[in-house]
Formats: sequence, structure tokens, C-alpha cells
Amino acid sequence: MPLGILVPVLYLDHAATTPLRPEAAAAMAPFLGGEFGNPSGMHAVARRAKNAIEDARDRVAGVLGARALDVVFTGAGTESDNLAVAGVALAEGRRGGVVTTATEHEAVLATARHLERLGCPLTVVPVDGHGVVDPARVAAAVDAGTAVVSVMAANNETGAVQPVAAIAAALAGRGVPVHSDAVQAAVSRPCSLDDLGVDLLTLSAHKLGGPQGVGILAMRPGITLAPVIHGGGQELGRRSGTHNVAGIVGAAAALEAAVTDRKRLIDDVGAARHRFEVDLTRAVPDVVFTIAGADRLVQHSHWRIPGIDAETLLVRLDGIGLAASAGSACHSGAIAASHVLAAMGLAPADAAGCVRFTFGWDTRPEDGTTAAGLVAAAVGGLR
Amino acid sequence: MKALVAMSGGVDSSVAAALMLEAGHEVIGVTLKQWVAPDGSLPTAGCCTVADAEDARKVAARLGIPHYVLDHSAEFTAEVVDRFVAGYAAGLTPNPCIECNRRVRFGALLGRVEPLGCDVLVTGHYARIAMRHGRRALLQAADPTKDQSYVLHMLSAADLARVRFPVGELTKAEVRDHAARLGLGTAAKPDSQDLCFVAGDYRAFLRSRLPEIRRPGAVVDASGAVVGHHDGIAGFTVGQRRGLGMAAGEPRYVVAVDSATATVRVGSRSDLAVAACTVAGVRFVNEAAAAGEPVAVKVRYRSRPVPARLFPVADAWRVVFDAAQEAVAPGQAAVFYRDDEVLGGGTITATEAP
Repeated sequence: MPLGILVPVLYLDHAATTPLRPEAAAAMAPFLGGEFGNPSGMHAVARRAKNAIEDARDRVAGVLGARALDVVFTGAGTESDNLAVAGVALAEGRRGGVVTTATEHEAVLATARHLERLGCPLTVVPVDGHGVVDPARVAAAVDAGTAVVSVMAANNETGAVQPVAAIAAALAGRGVPVHSDAVQAAVSRPCSLDDLGVDLLTLSAHKLGGPQGVGILAMRPGITLAPVIHGGGQELGRRSGTHNVAGIVGAAAALEAAVTDRKRLIDDVGAARHRFEVDLTRAVPDVVFTIAGADRLVQHSHWRIPGIDAETLLVRLDGIGLAASAGSACHSGAIAASHVLAAMGLAPADAAGCVRFTFGWDTRPEDGTTAAGLVAAAVGGLR
Repeated sequence: MKALVAMSGGVDSSVAAALMLEAGHEVIGVTLKQWVAPDGSLPTAGCCTVADAEDARKVAARLGIPHYVLDHSAEFTAEVVDRFVAGYAAGLTPNPCIECNRRVRFGALLGRVEPLGCDVLVTGHYARIAMRHGRRALLQAADPTKDQSYVLHMLSAADLARVRFPVGELTKAEVRDHAARLGLGTAAKPDSQDLCFVAGDYRAFLRSRLPEIRRPGAVVDASGAVVGHHDGIAGFTVGQRRGLGMAAGEPRYVVAVDSATATVRVGSRSDLAVAACTVAGVRFVNEAAAAGEPVAVKVRYRSRPVPARLFPVADAWRVVFDAAQEAVAPGQAAVFYRDDEVLGGGTITATEAP
């Protein structure tokens, strides 16, 4: 079956997923071949698989500043978010309250709304025009019934960085665990439990150069979770289901590689984004960068060109070999109205113009110039 | 030439895309996300369902062309669904497929052909475009049993210059043969029948969209005598025989629906006869008809064109049938033909008894 257009692709959708790092591929290779064991068995084949995932757990725990037994491997970042929020809110049979923000990933918001229907009180704290939440408002929303606070480390659409450490500090001594989805932030920022000051932390392997299908939830000691997935009791009963051994091994390798490579990534991606934004502004002076001036992840550029809708621009860019996105999509691939941009107060017509370019570990500094040239060409055909 | 093909997932638009590709054109496939139910769910019945978008994606992958899902749900809701509901609330019998063609497919989507870097819009409709008398004409399909020119009457000659109907030259059997030859999974897929935005009973859908049309009213006969009651005019269509809740006897038909008084008037079959009708919002593909011009007029999708004469009146056209017609329903389109050529058409707004 043909696989679509045969033009060189400049891939600027790394926030959707990023290529597998060679370190991850190498680590996974044995487990996609001869090493096929189920870690839950008692024989030598199983033992080798068990040793592999526990070694991976140790390494992930080391990076994130957790004890190994407080690291849970799940099937996705989304599942880790579900487990963190629902697992804490429903632990020990309670119906604990959830405090979160308006620009969280749907993995958190939809879970919180589901919990609300089950009787867990929900407070969604609004954000400012940059999508940033005020720590004092989060702290003020917490009351005696609050079981968990969930604030993402950085937004997946805009790259806006949230003051998670300040929120955790404001809540110090309140006895309410703070969870943070650091799926995007961990690409370019230190995101251990101590770095963020949080009690629970979600990561996703495939955003870091690991395989798709592995999520990580790391916790402080003493957090009790009600499981979301029930069954054979793997992961100390917190996440049943046969382990994705190759994926877990790849996730640990990718996380370590991402940390080792972080400084270099920040330099190259930062240079690429800078060149992109400078060159694009020169070519299309009316371009609007959504959160210019805010603290944002180095790999994100979120922008619109007045009068041009994202759908049209992205189709044209795809046609000339640039892969990017609008940041929010439904399962069909159609662009979905963004709850993030709505919460930031963007008018629907402006939100419909927003495009997200996200650079990644294989981005070269000169890619920014190439990208700006391709956007200028696509825009030129529309004006 | 670069073609934007509207792919519904059905066999006709799949073959249309393949034929454009085989003719040497560059092709982009698009499927329109048209309707999202108030509960957020996507339709599972009708012609533009989740499964159909998947079928379109598979066909595009097989053909090796890019495929996109474009969100036209806002236009579709406002211009097709809301008009459909408002039409029934006003006692009309609207045709949402025609409004979809007018407002969405050959409205919003045709306007995106150039921005998306394409030259023409291609659909799987059964109709033909050809030069006649030195101008571009819209013609009935080669396969008279599949002809869809009725639902395309709103296209102007300028529109036709930017539109292609590759399957309009073929019979349905030939289209299925092409699909089978190309290995397209949609070869044996049945034709869509239902309204794409309604799963199940459209009367229930109307009541859910517009609770106020649930106004009970009287069923009256030709003399005005009350012969029954109904719980809302939604869904009563001129010519309708079933569902009147009336005792057996002489067959009764809906003759008129008055939204102002929520009254449904019934009568015998002879009361359905219409000698003439008024058609508003008329658009001609090329030049307007001459006063008194003899044409053939089609007053609903599944009927044959019948002889009539056209007369311009204020802001509208009057259609005088050579012989009285039955079941001419306000809200439906009247389309004017000269032989196999579509001259134009509009929406029936009033009828006249013989």
C-alpha cells in the first residue's frame, strides 16, 4: 500500500510524538526478539524479563527522585493522569475533591469530570491570557474535602509553563498531594519530583524518544492509589495487565538519554525556534505569536496569521512536506476547537487560526529557517 | 490539474477520486466532518458517519493520495440542520441534502478549493457537465436511474467551471465494476438512504431539537370540521397518507400544513391536485427562462419531470403545470429541465388548486 506523498518531510510535530531515540531502539531490540518472557512468571525466561523491567524502574526512579516501588508503569501518559487523579481521589473508598486548571490535558479534565459525576467535588481554576494559573487561586480553591491538586508542568498546545513549584510551596503543610502532568515539560526541563516540588508526576515515553504505549507515574512515598485497571495485580496492584517489557525498557533508556541530551537539545531547538520566529516575522510581519513574552517551553512555537485558518495552512504545508498540527485534534484527524485557547480568552476565529510547531531532539538549528521559508511559501499562495 | 475530491466513503466518490487519478491529475481527498450531536457523539447512520470517514481514509490510502478530515460542522449545523428544523416548524417539507449542497459542499467547500491549492472540486454525484450552445451546461446523468441533477440545480455556470462529476458519465453498475477493478473496499457498499444527521426517527429528532414544535393541534377536513388531533406538526408532509391516526374508510391524505395555527388539513386524493406553484429563490445555471417558456419540472427527488410553463412574478417564478400534479410540497425544490439540461430551480413556497 502506498504511504502517501513522497516528498522530504520536515517534521515539526514533536509534541504529538517524536522519533525513537537510537538508545531506546537498542535497549528494546532484545525484547522484540528472543527475550519474550512475561515478568510475572517463575522460570528463567520470566526472570530475565522481570529483571529488565525492574532495572528500568530503578533507572526511572533515579532520574525522577522516587523510590523504585513508587514508580508505576502504565500504558500511556493519559493512563498515568487517570491513575494519579482518580487513584488518589477514590483511594480508600472516599470521594475526594479535585482541584485543577482550565488548560489541563483532557486526560486530567475528562477524568476530573468523570469523578465529579461519581460524587467527587471539582474545582477548575481559570487561567490568564497566557494560560498561566495564579498559585494563590489554586491554594484558595483547596479545602478540607480536596483529595488531589493537578496542574500540568507545561501546556501541550502552547508550551506555557505553569508555576507548579510555587503552587506546591503554597500548599505545603496542607496535606493535599499535588500531581503534575510533565509529559511535554520533561522534554526540555528538569522534571523530578523535587524539581517540581510535587507528589505525583506523569511522564510519557514517546514524547521523550521512547516507544508509544508506555506511561510513567512516579510518586512520593506514602501515596495510596485506587487502581483504575483491575486484574492480575501487577505493579503492586496499582496497574494490572501484563507488562509491556520492550516498551518499559525503551522508556527508561529514552528518559536517561533525554536527560543526558537535554542541554544539547535546548541549544539546537532554541536556535531553530529563534530562527523560525525571526524569519517568519520578517516574511509575514503580521504573524501573531500566541504567548509571546510568557515563560514557554523552548520547543514550542504557537502562532497564527490573521485571516488564514489553521486547517487550510496545515493542508498546504503537508503538501509541501512540512508536518505540523493545530495542537488539538479529534480522533478523525479533524482540528478540534481548543479548550485551552478558549480558556485563555482567545476568540474562536483567532483560535481557529492557531498553528503549533514543535521542534524535537532530531531538529537541526537550520530547520527553523527552512520552516519559515515553507510557511512563507504556503502563505504566499493564499494572499 | 489538481483536484480536491470530496470523499464520503461511499463507492461513488471513491471511484470519482480514482478516475481523476487515472486521468493523470493530482488528487487530494477530503471528508467533511459535518455533524456532531449535542451530546458530542458522531453519527453512526446515514451518509457521513464515523465509519464512512474511515472508509474514505482507507480508499485514499489505497489510492496513495493525501486525505484530510475538514471540520465544517459549524456551517452544517447552522445552514443545514437548523434550516431543516425551522422548515418543518414552519409546516414545510425541507430537503436538507439540497441545502447541504448549496451551503456546504458547493458553498463553503467550493470556496476552499483555491486556498487548499487545488483547481477543481470533484464529487461523486451522478450528473454531467458539458458545453451546450457555447455555454457550460448541467445535464442529467448518463444513468437515468441514478440521476442527481435535481440536488445540484443551484450551481451556476461559473461554479460548473470549477466542478467535475466523473461518475456522471457512468452507470451505477459501471461504477461498481470500477471499484471492484481498483480493489476499493467500498465496491459493494449499499447506497446511503437516511439523513446523515439523524439516527433513526427524524420526527423524534425534530422534537428534541425544537421542543416548541410539539404544539398539539387539530386535524381538519376540507370544510374545516375537526376530524382529529395531532401532537405537533413536525413531520407532516403534503401527500402523506400514513400516520394520521384516523379511522379506516376512504383514504385520507395531508393536503396542507398551517404552522401559524398548528393545523393539519386532510382530504381525499383529489384534494392533492395542484395546478400551479410558486417557486422562490430561483437560480438559473445560465440565462433565465423566457416568460411562458415550456419546460419540464421536477418537484421532488423521486419523481419524473412533468411538462409545465414558467412565468416570472415578483421575486419568484410561477410554474403552471400542463396537467394537475399531486403532492407538490412547499419546502421542496422545483427544478426546471429542457430535455436533459438543468435550466435552474428554486424552492416551492405556495401551491394553487385547480
